[in-house]
Amino acid sequence: MLSPQQATERVAASVGARYRRERRFQMYGKLAIGSALVFLVLFMANILQKGIPGFFQHYVTLEVDLDRELLDPMGDASVDSLFAGNPRRVMQLAIYEATGAESRADQRAAFKLVSTGATNRLRDMILEDPSILGTRMSIQFAVDDDADSYLRGFITKATEERRRRVKDNQMDMIDRLQAEGRIEYKLSDYIFTGSDSRNPELAGIKGAVIGSLLTLAVCLSLAFPIGVAAAVYLEEFAPKNRITDVIEVNINNLAAVPSVVYGILGAAVFINVFGFQRSWPIVGGFVLALMTLPTIIISSRAALKAVPPSIRDAALGMGASRVQVVTHHVLPLALPGMLTGTIIGMAQALGETAPLLMIGMVAFVVDAPSGIFSPSTALPVQIYMWADSAERMFVAKTSAAIIALLSFLVVMNAAAVVLRKKFERRW
Amino acid sequence: MEATMENTRTTGTADVAWDHDDFQTVGTPGHDDPRMTAGNVDVFYGEKQAIMNVSIDIGANEVVSFIGPSGCGKSTFLRCLNRMNDTIDICRVGGSIMLDGQDIYDPSIDVVPLRARVGMVFQKPNPFPKSIYDNVAYGPRIHGLVDSKAELDEVVEQSLTRAGLWDEAKDRLDQPGTGLSGGQQQRLCIARAIAVSPEVILMDEPCSALDPIATARIEELIHDLSSQFTIVIVTHSMQQAARVSDRTAYFHLGRLVEVGPTKQIFTSPQHSLTQDYITGRFG
Amino acid sequence: MPTNLVLLVLLALAVTYFVLGRRAILSQGQRASGIRSMHSLPHYYGVWAGVAALLPALVLMVLWIGLEDSILRALVASYFPAERPENFIEDVFFTQIKNVAQGNVVGTPPEWVMQAAGAWAGFERSSQNLMSAAVLGTCAVLGFFAYKQVGLEFRARNAVENVIMAVLVACSIVAILTTVGIVFSVLFESIKFFGMVSPMEFFFGLDWIPKANFGENADSGESAYGAIPLFAGTALISAIALIVAVPTGLFSAIFLSEYAGPRLRAIVKPLMEILAGIPTVVYGFFAALTVAPLFKDLFASVGMSASSESALAAGVVMGVMIIPFVSSLSDDVINAVPQSLRDAAYGLGSTKSEAIRQVILPAALPGIVGAILLAVSRAVGETMIVVMAAGLAANLTANPLEAVTTVTSQIVTILKGDQSFNSPMTLSAFALALTLITVTLALNVLAIRIVKKYREQYD
Repeated sequence: MLSPQQATERVAASVGARYRRERRFQMYGKLAIGSALVFLVLFMANILQKGIPGFFQHYVTLEVDLDRELLDPMGDASVDSLFAGNPRRVMQLAIYEATGAESRADQRAAFKLVSTGATNRLRDMILEDPSILGTRMSIQFAVDDDADSYLRGFITKATEERRRRVKDNQMDMIDRLQAEGRIEYKLSDYIFTGSDSRNPELAGIKGAVIGSLLTLAVCLSLAFPIGVAAAVYLEEFAPKNRITDVIEVNINNLAAVPSVVYGILGAAVFINVFGFQRSWPIVGGFVLALMTLPTIIISSRAALKAVPPSIRDAALGMGASRVQVVTHHVLPLALPGMLTGTIIGMAQALGETAPLLMIGMVAFVVDAPSGIFSPSTALPVQIYMWADSAERMFVAKTSAAIIALLSFLVVMNAAAVVLRKKFERRW
Repeated sequence: MEATMENTRTTGTADVAWDHDDFQTVGTPGHDDPRMTAGNVDVFYGEKQAIMNVSIDIGANEVVSFIGPSGCGKSTFLRCLNRMNDTIDICRVGGSIMLDGQDIYDPSIDVVPLRARVGMVFQKPNPFPKSIYDNVAYGPRIHGLVDSKAELDEVVEQSLTRAGLWDEAKDRLDQPGTGLSGGQQQRLCIARAIAVSPEVILMDEPCSALDPIATARIEELIHDLSSQFTIVIVTHSMQQAARVSDRTAYFHLGRLVEVGPTKQIFTSPQHSLTQDYITGRFG
Repeated sequence: MPTNLVLLVLLALAVTYFVLGRRAILSQGQRASGIRSMHSLPHYYGVWAGVAALLPALVLMVLWIGLEDSILRALVASYFPAERPENFIEDVFFTQIKNVAQGNVVGTPPEWVMQAAGAWAGFERSSQNLMSAAVLGTCAVLGFFAYKQVGLEFRARNAVENVIMAVLVACSIVAILTTVGIVFSVLFESIKFFGMVSPMEFFFGLDWIPKANFGENADSGESAYGAIPLFAGTALISAIALIVAVPTGLFSAIFLSEYAGPRLRAIVKPLMEILAGIPTVVYGFFAALTVAPLFKDLFASVGMSASSESALAAGVVMGVMIIPFVSSLSDDVINAVPQSLRDAAYGLGSTKSEAIRQVILPAALPGIVGAILLAVSRAVGETMIVVMAAGLAANLTANPLEAVTTVTSQIVTILKGDQSFNSPMTLSAFALALTLITVTLALNVLAIRIVKKYREQYD
């Protein structure tokens, strides 16, 4: 064996190489964290860069002759009368006038520049204020998505004409309108007030957001009480026997079941047995509730565990029953922790897509759902469907919807953090 | 874990009412042939001062024991001697601790070779979850002390022999160290420490988790090792200090109260606090 | 009576019984010596009467509404033509019957449908009336009996607590029911499937060519249900994900728990958690629209052709998604290694990395293996990323630049739209789901067992 002096010399000789290894090892760690964070930054930047334009779109201002005969053939400005009218013709006249289109071909091309939603807009304006009938006024209309793509520079003359959706004559018209200052790029009216649409320029997230909120409401009102009750039973009352063991293992396993499986369960039970219809928010809520239940039970149990036994002993010592101990003392103390877990579970549910696809919440729903028993879609499902669409503008709208979804999630998680900070208690 | 325990144990020290701040250690803290020299050492955990102005020499090839009531700072001080306190973020050490004339807290000093020179054995036996052989070979391997398998085998055998474990372990070198009995585990930890040929071995209550028979074996071992190594041992057992050490230092609430030859400390202590402790008035 | 009204009346009755019960005990108490003479506090008597009125009636109502549809279907089934044409889908006609019954007549339904719809509407009306009577009757009768029980000697608190207990137990059983539901919802259809396609073909067949066999979507040609390409695709994508996630997650956990100061940890950990909170559909979008084209260009620039939907893009993005999962699980595991082992390593003069590599990681190995198994189970069950970015082509390939398909993405593709029950294509999705559940559960059970053993070792 070496003497201490020899050992000291040997150690000193080894140190250089060892510290190089040390630095290399530390660098791996930094690299790992760095790459995860770089991905996060790139990801966010990418979504923002793609999504922010999705909140904006191009509008064209047209002088419209609100011809009484054409728009309101019955003359009473009623809904029936307006729907019997011919706003399309009114729009055509206005567009031809603004673009100066004379030939048949030009006129057809010109009409395609303005969104087909323009006629609805005219009707809505008249319903709101019938006195504008018969006047001539400047009105802003959304530009059709192809024209919008040209204005954004996605379509250029560099491409061969027959291979692009905006033709040369249309480009010239748009250029002229722009030169006259008729085109404006501004915050989209439709993204927040519109629902799904085949026309990307009219598509919005309102319907999907409402669908998601309805679904979450059902999910919360089921998952929270059931989850808390189950947690209370397992943590406070359950005897330690085989049955409770089975329940425990069960809950742990349910937490690991892929979410798509819950969708299959939902379809089998709620649609086939209960006879609910596909794409109802109530079915989505049931499915998501079953899915988030394990999360809520596990976090609620942790919150109950954190309440010190001394408090239970004190209350029991005063002659309270076990149910009273729980309802009067333990539950109020554990509630913030349970709420935190619930919010996190809800955030998870809000972002979940696969199970909703299974129960048919992929309905093409043009109107916002009116309740938990009407066909609906949900925000993440809307993202999935738009992501599949070919139109360029849907990419921007999808990213905009993603930004909206992420904002909801940020708010929910922030609420959970605040709640945890505020009620954090060390015993 | 260790850190927080140490922390709570020393919480009382901040409000100690030492009558005068120019407190002087009684007895003979110096040594003719010092291996380690601590001068005016202060240790703080955050705001709390755990060690106050401690000066003591550790002589070459002697066994020094630190005794005192719990929370007196004896373990804290021991952990300063090979800078184990570095692992605790809030711990700061003032004063100087010299090893062979070099200040071990000097920024130029590297803890890795330092700890190879000043080894440590802990309160609870803590063998790695590896084989007995790998436990002992760990130090020589990482420090590059051997060039061949044969040399390593020799180091392992010698270390286990010196730790008095060879006969019991030689047929089961490839079995996990955690499978040994408590006393055997602690001797394995001692073998692991001496396998790197340190100059000083620090032992932090090495027998507190052991039964009396295992304790007796460790004490015997300490006696045998003292011919080659300088040993500092913290113990809560006065009998153990009396049996194994040449000199004894008595700590009280972060101060080094008295140091002297073991016999003298136990027969005629000079400071009243030492006397009270020895005679069992508190502790 | 419409359902909402029944519910309202029910609530009103329950509240009435609550008030009655409470008043009854108070007046009895007054005649005796006040509250002290009662067994329980007055409101317990009220609650007992109210709950007895409300709960059973409510359960009855929920069951009725839940089962009504199935029963009505059985009742109108006799209207179905005796000779059923090929590809006769009952569900389609039930939907039509229901629509007609509600007055939404689209086109010209067959005569028998009109008759069935008439019957359906009649049955529905009587069912509704029957339900109102049954529910409100139950409520009134049970509430009355409970009210009659109210007396000074009656142990109202115990009675109420027993009800609470029963409710708690019922809620705990939901977890078991969910599992049972999951098993049954895939088991029967899977058995039906294996009656049409042999398990040998399913588990060992090399071709996956599902064909729809009804209506306008009917595909021509031979179908095949060999799931090996799906299993291989799942394995390929999971492997890529793990290659990304395990080293990154593990090294992040090591760095955060052993090197980083508390302040850095406080910043980095929540940032990593963000990755775990991003919905999978968003990852899928990112993988399909940004990462896949990027890889395609990248590999094209070195002369390799990558498909625009590639296993690589889906796998890498899935890996990033799993990083925080691996990292936080490993973090727990590493922190569970006792400090005494670290002390021992540092006391011998180890550098940090030596202590980590030679002492801490080997000690934590079982826990880390458990964490990785859980990550595998995550990757195997992940759906949206593969649906959006991996493609649908059932290629049997080990080339990560090609499109592959996975078990989950096939399940979604097959079951997403309208489908015909009893066609092998639809049923194959259930067989896939059964396989998926079995594999993920096995992984999970194994992982939990390993981690538990590991924790016991250091307790």
